[in-house]
Amino acid sequence: MSTPAQAPAAPPAGEAPLAVRLRGIGKRFPGVIANDDVNIDVRRGTIHAIVGENGAGKSTLMKILYGVQAPDSGTIELSGEQVSLASPADAIKHGVGMVFQHFMLADNLTVLENVVLGAEKLHGIGGDAKAEIARISDAYGLGIEPDHLVESLGVGARQRVEILKVLYRGARVIILDEPTAVLVPQEVDELFDNLRGLKAEGLAVIFISHKLDEVLSVADEVTVIRRGTTVRTVDPVGVTARQLAELMVGSELPSPSTEASTVTDKVLLHIAHLSLPSDEGRPLLDDISFDIHKGEVLGIAGVEGNGQAELVESIMGMRKGATGDVVLNGRDLSTTSTRGRREGGIGYIPEDRHRHGLLLDAPLWENRVLGHQTREPSARRGLIDKGAARADTQRIIDEYDVRTPGVDTLARALSGGNQQKLIVGREMAGAPILLVAAHPTRGVDVGAQGAIWAHIKKARREGLAVLLISADLDELIGLSDRIEVILRGRLVGSFDPSHVTPQQLGSAMTGASDETVTPTTDTPTTGTPTSGETA
Amino acid sequence: MSPRVTRLVLGLAAPLLALVAAFAITSLVLIIAGDPVGGVWSTILQVPAERNMANIINNATVLYLSGLAVAVGFRMNLFNIGVDGQYRVAAFTAAVVAGEAWLPGYLNTALAIVCAMAVGAAWAGIAGVLRATRGVSEVISTIMLNFIATGLVAYLLRKVAVREAGSNEIGTKQIPEGSRIPSIPFSDNPAISLYGFLVIAAFFGFLFWFVLNKTRFGFDLRATGQSTTAAVASGINVTRMTIGALLISGAIAGLVGLPILFGDAYAYGSTFQSGLGFAGIAIALLGRNHPIGIAVGALLFAFLDEQSNPLQIIIGVSPDIVAITQGVIVLTVVISYEVVRRYGVRLEQRHVASALEKHDPAGPASPTDSTTKGVSA
Amino acid sequence: MSDNVGVIVPDAKAAPKKPRRKLSVGWVLIGLAVALFLLSVLRVVTGADDLTSSGTIAATLIATMPILLAGLGGLWSERAGVVNIGLEGMMILGTWGAGYFGYHYGAWAAVIGAILMGMLGGLIHAIATVIFGVDHIISGVAINIIALGAVQYLASLTFVGLPGGGQTQSPKIPDVPTITIGPLSDGLKDIEDQGTFLVSDLASVLRALVTNLSSLVLISLLLLVVTYYVLWRTSFGLRLRSVGESPAAAESLGVKVLRYKFAAVLISGGLAGLAGGFLAMVASSNYRDGQTGGRGYIGLAAMIFGNWRPGGLLGGSALFGYTETLGLRQGGTSVHALLLAIAVLALAFGVWQVRKGEAVAGAVVVGLGALLGALYFSIDEVPGDFTRMTPYVITLLVLAFASQRLRMPAADGQIYRKGSAG
Repeated sequence: MSTPAQAPAAPPAGEAPLAVRLRGIGKRFPGVIANDDVNIDVRRGTIHAIVGENGAGKSTLMKILYGVQAPDSGTIELSGEQVSLASPADAIKHGVGMVFQHFMLADNLTVLENVVLGAEKLHGIGGDAKAEIARISDAYGLGIEPDHLVESLGVGARQRVEILKVLYRGARVIILDEPTAVLVPQEVDELFDNLRGLKAEGLAVIFISHKLDEVLSVADEVTVIRRGTTVRTVDPVGVTARQLAELMVGSELPSPSTEASTVTDKVLLHIAHLSLPSDEGRPLLDDISFDIHKGEVLGIAGVEGNGQAELVESIMGMRKGATGDVVLNGRDLSTTSTRGRREGGIGYIPEDRHRHGLLLDAPLWENRVLGHQTREPSARRGLIDKGAARADTQRIIDEYDVRTPGVDTLARALSGGNQQKLIVGREMAGAPILLVAAHPTRGVDVGAQGAIWAHIKKARREGLAVLLISADLDELIGLSDRIEVILRGRLVGSFDPSHVTPQQLGSAMTGASDETVTPTTDTPTTGTPTSGETA
Repeated sequence: MSPRVTRLVLGLAAPLLALVAAFAITSLVLIIAGDPVGGVWSTILQVPAERNMANIINNATVLYLSGLAVAVGFRMNLFNIGVDGQYRVAAFTAAVVAGEAWLPGYLNTALAIVCAMAVGAAWAGIAGVLRATRGVSEVISTIMLNFIATGLVAYLLRKVAVREAGSNEIGTKQIPEGSRIPSIPFSDNPAISLYGFLVIAAFFGFLFWFVLNKTRFGFDLRATGQSTTAAVASGINVTRMTIGALLISGAIAGLVGLPILFGDAYAYGSTFQSGLGFAGIAIALLGRNHPIGIAVGALLFAFLDEQSNPLQIIIGVSPDIVAITQGVIVLTVVISYEVVRRYGVRLEQRHVASALEKHDPAGPASPTDSTTKGVSA
Repeated sequence: MSDNVGVIVPDAKAAPKKPRRKLSVGWVLIGLAVALFLLSVLRVVTGADDLTSSGTIAATLIATMPILLAGLGGLWSERAGVVNIGLEGMMILGTWGAGYFGYHYGAWAAVIGAILMGMLGGLIHAIATVIFGVDHIISGVAINIIALGAVQYLASLTFVGLPGGGQTQSPKIPDVPTITIGPLSDGLKDIEDQGTFLVSDLASVLRALVTNLSSLVLISLLLLVVTYYVLWRTSFGLRLRSVGESPAAAESLGVKVLRYKFAAVLISGGLAGLAGGFLAMVASSNYRDGQTGGRGYIGLAAMIFGNWRPGGLLGGSALFGYTETLGLRQGGTSVHALLLAIAVLALAFGVWQVRKGEAVAGAVVVGLGALLGALYFSIDEVPGDFTRMTPYVITLLVLAFASQRLRMPAADGQIYRKGSAG
């Protein structure tokens, strides 16, 4: 399984000695197997990409290699020497450096200060350190000025500072976790030039991504991880993005809902030209338009961070600066407050139930009231109707099988699945006409998952419009009547779940498509020559 | 035990733990200083005489209002450190209005009270608007407003002051007899009585409880305090709630000086009691922002103040030792509530787990995130 | 070296601005010179001679130092991410420390005693906030309550029965040595008395610096320089600041976050204690109840005004110390004269803001300036109550209208638990 199916034939990879050798790495968390029998070889002077879906276990693996977490089983060898890494400091000592997806930089300090922090013994904090930074910056073409405030740097430059930090400490193995997720195409090209520079210096670069065309353009070897284990290591020369996507997603897709379609032609939710700029002016959402009909479930597929959360929050009226039309059942809600939208008939199952869905230190019945403060049975004439709210909470507990001793239990004390069932029950209690469900089964147990799916199907039968956002393709295909794929804040493809192939979904989600699925959508480019564009 | 009973027991355990710790630390200070520990506590902890009892209740009335004012902010995770300034601006206003006596009798009183609340609210509202629109920490702005209030009141007092014959003190005009709030008899001795304002304070305590626990507005306020993100997702306008909460807090703060004004001093002078706002912070923390708890806290603080008075005469120890106790209570109460809270969550999770016959494969939600109030300055 | 590396051409948007970290000693000196020039103009225009008399300057120095020291205390603590509104309480402890140790062991013992008592307050704050994770504001409030009670208790325990001592004050305590350069002082006095534009003003400033200058003033100014050097020029300071900016990043690089926070709060307490000692020894000659009079908060305000930087803090302290002094010396006329200057400056600043596109804030500032100008011509002197409010009003205005220019440490006030780094 670990042996590459096609022996690596890329010129620099063949003979170079191994920088990293992982064998049989396993890591389990309560209820989850994050890594199982992971085997990877990374050679010096190569860029080794590790690809996989969200939740495939890439991040856990890298945390193990960087000493943040200890593996339950397996061995790590660095330059032929078996090591055990108890902390990042250990990893740094062994020449492993990591560039986190969320930068670990202090904005109000200069580049110099950020780089030398914690490593003042190497070259001090003055002129010597500055010279060393300039040297590294020049050697690898990073273009970093040591005296600039990090605050004044763009995202790409910050990333180069992170790389510089790692190099300053003498790393020979550099891990980059989803480095391109935050970059615009031009910055991606610059980053790749930098990575090639590192490679030429004999460093080993481990590059984690799920953007396949990027991986193919820069990597010397690609290892695919699915469900916590290494599926295959391939030579990028011999594979296409579509083949990689298939490896990533798996060859079988779940069968779509066998229930009869309940879709009518009555439009309940009409979204037109919805856009949302970020603080830097780059669009988080870019001209999104779609309709959801009565009795229809619209699934939104996409790799995380491509605008799903922003889409949901814009529809809920929680984002300032969102423009475009949100029309619910013929009523224009574009300028209505969040409360107005909820009262207008939107039920909302938020992505992060701890932050957005619950008052963790309040009893269940108060959580029943949350978001329904203005409506019966929770409230009457400006007063909270405690008796009715408690009674209705009990009804939800019974109907939705929330396992709890009673309505006075604190929400925090319930398991994730039961918390989520309570939220679903609450949101359905408001008799909504639209249900927005963001990752409704994330982090819940199998039993609760099945129950929540059943409730969403029931909602569809009862004639609701449902907007379902999920990273779980099984869930999307099993529940949706139609799937839209979101990429970089735009809808890039529309699919029928009963006919869609894994390649089609995988390609659209990763921007690797070399066939346009619907004539109306165009494929964004990433600026790399390998990505095909049909225009 | 049902969860509610458990919660009640735990709720009582925390302040007790805090008190024990505070008493222990105070005793330690006494020992180090070489003062008689036993003598101090036996003096303080004796049963108060009737006159002292009345003083305790009267002072507690004042502290209670201060605690309520702070608690409104705390319930929304706002730190109204400016009760001190708010009540002085408000009490001064009330004294001027009542002293002018534009309206007859109790109408005059009512007008003065309303004016005091409005001015207190406005003074706190400045901090609310700055926080909601400019992101200025209410901690810093209310501290600044406290000092500005001091200067402003001193200036205005000189403008409107009347000097009493034979006294150096200046003050506002005396409130006419008919507009004073009659005292409540407390014993056979007519000189020992309670502030009539006690009734109004109790009413506001009830109102506080009712609004916070029974109304939609109160629910919104508490929800915002517990989780801003969940509040936003549930449709609460957090900006409006921020200003609203500080306005209410300021309005209650406006009442703090009034028991003294209408029941004892009848005028606002340069020696009008100050510093009541900071005690309110301690009392609100001790009382867990609950009207009953705040009442107990206010009584305790007033008790300590009153009972420590004779320390100097009886055993030659400065009564200021209780200020150390009071300050230490603020720290120990916060720490012990946090300790007890974590214990309580663990207990409840175990309770839930054992109450559920069926095995739930996924573990309970992690109690890792902290609930320590995050006030950034 | 590798030569297959692409040349990085940063796009225009990403091109970083030149760092704006030149608020160094030089700029502060220039600022002070400009201030002196303006005051000199103002003196000549309005005839308020006390604005720049050497007496005023000397009193300003003495009024400034406690604010500066308290502000330095705030700076140390907040640079490490711990908000310290307990400065007032730590100062109060310092006043008693100076009184007690000064009376028994002499002037320099008073200095040490004040610092140690302040550090005791800092220790409580550090234990509460850093170890127990108590909210910084609550802890600060508690320390202010405890300190006030503690010194009153300690004063009646230690000062009652001593000659000149009592429940509310200590006996007279010895002062630290002062420095006078006699001939220079006399010569400068002559120049000052001539009343020449700018020359006499400069002479009076210099005269204040060579006549009866307390060595604690020198020490305070030295501490400002040392603070700057340690925080911005040593690796200890770098680590300390990183803890206040991004504790997660610092911990990910092996910095012991809690240890640095603890040290910073202790130092903060020591500086605040010294500020209290200064009040007892130099600004006065014994410990007195209520001596601090909210100067801990003014120090905090000066620190915010100074944008959490030593140079700015010096400017803020000097400004607040100066207004305090004017308020105490024939304040009415001097402050009245200042009103004109502030009105003109506010108008100019407001217009500048409007031109920069900050229309609303600019309009408000212009309005304020116009109001102050009108006030100048309608009244003859400013009541002392308003003079005393000045630091607080200025701080509030700065927070309200210039908060986007303020840059407090990014993690200031946040409670950090070990192991929060990824």
